[in-house]
Amino acid sequence: MSKKTGKQTYQFGNPPKIISTGTVAGPFEGLGPLHEDFDEVLTDPRNNEATFEKAERSMLTKACQLALDHASYSTSEVDLFLAGDLLNQIISANFTAITLGIPFLGLYGACSTAALSLGLGAMLLDGGFAGTVLAATVSHNSTAERQYRYPTEYGGQRRPYQQWTVTGAGAALLGYHGEGPKITAVTFGKVVDLGSKDPLNMGAAMAPAAVDTILQHFADTGWDPKTFDLIVTGDLGKVGFDLCRQELSENGLDLGANFHDCGLLIYDLNKQDVHAGGSGCAASALVVYGHLYKKFQRQEINRLLLVGTGALHSTTSFQQGENIPCIAHAVRIEA
Amino acid sequence: MAKAKLTPKQQKYQTKAKKAEPKPPYLRNAFSAFVSGGLVCLLGQALIDLYSQVLKVPPKEAANPATATMILLGALLTGFGVFDNLAKYAGAGLAVPVTGFANSVVSSALEFREEGLVYGVCAKMFTLAGAVITFGVMTAFVFGLIHALFH
Repeated sequence: MSKKTGKQTYQFGNPPKIISTGTVAGPFEGLGPLHEDFDEVLTDPRNNEATFEKAERSMLTKACQLALDHASYSTSEVDLFLAGDLLNQIISANFTAITLGIPFLGLYGACSTAALSLGLGAMLLDGGFAGTVLAATVSHNSTAERQYRYPTEYGGQRRPYQQWTVTGAGAALLGYHGEGPKITAVTFGKVVDLGSKDPLNMGAAMAPAAVDTILQHFADTGWDPKTFDLIVTGDLGKVGFDLCRQELSENGLDLGANFHDCGLLIYDLNKQDVHAGGSGCAASALVVYGHLYKKFQRQEINRLLLVGTGALHSTTSFQQGENIPCIAHAVRIEA
Repeated sequence: MAKAKLTPKQQKYQTKAKKAEPKPPYLRNAFSAFVSGGLVCLLGQALIDLYSQVLKVPPKEAANPATATMILLGALLTGFGVFDNLAKYAGAGLAVPVTGFANSVVSSALEFREEGLVYGVCAKMFTLAGAVITFGVMTAFVFGLIHALFH
């Protein structure tokens, strides 16, 4: 029997569980409304490392170790490590893979990496190619700002639609032994380009990708969006999220109060000076593996659709005047 | 820069996205830039007066050490991590005077110091300021030429 449903969705016959998670948040994220849901909050954005890049990979390693510890797993019991980050050639994931010593599949999905690795990991497990998979991602404000924008000490005024790269790491251990919410379906998105060029307005660039994948997911599965306790986009921020809701509604899909965005949940927009909200791989990783995973454990939610969003441009591509290609992947998680 | 033509669908979305874009508080920004820029210039003028008194030189010659002091101030504030917090409110008031130039050089140098002294600090400290220097030199050359020809 084919597991493929509709055009882009795969439903799992033997859905794997998220048996444990590990999260490490930056100090600034620790001041946000979800601080109680993170396993660890750093006191130093450098995490006692010589460089921010080293700090980033130390966070990813720590998150992975926490996920393994929570389920009492050792690295040798994990078949595959699926990870990615925002830095050129995904160095944070590559270097973490040395420390962990688990066979590694490096992924690049920009900020959609959490959803991408969950979806791919679940496919590998359901297909019987692996028994246990570790899916993880990380982002760091200081490394991302340097690579994509300006030096951290540069005194420029930020635009009101700009987002704040989340410092944090999240890991999820997927398998069949143990308890936890199940990954029951995944919709892999197409790359969408609706002509956005402004790398400071990522939300508006990514919104059409989220719209495309959400519409496709419901078209493929025929499910009613109301059956979800929560539908969250990855990191659209205020501007992108409003555009996304508006576009969905114009396409006949009205999502109500159970529709949220991880980039908006992670910060207190009134108190924390993050303009349009959070962005980065860690936005969805921290919210889903920290906040929402705990909600699953407390049985406050039973059905979640995570729509991870990512902007797939590089500094070279936008300086050469290219549009920003964007993607979104949807993962259905059920108790 | 390549300017690819937008399809009608892209155009339609871009119109909507542009409308959804929140505008910066132009008036407030202009006002704080006016005040903070004025304060920076007042400090500069005070330095010129001070140097011209202490060094007993005409104000025109005191301008150079005063500029150097302002650059030093901008650089120090950047190094202590204060400049970007001030600039958040002051905006162009700090960016347009020579303090902004100092900040762009020092922030780049700081950012890349882990990549070594030669290829990191020295090579990359002008990533932001390089364009300013190039245009400055070019403009100076053109106006120097005009001045030499017609004066």
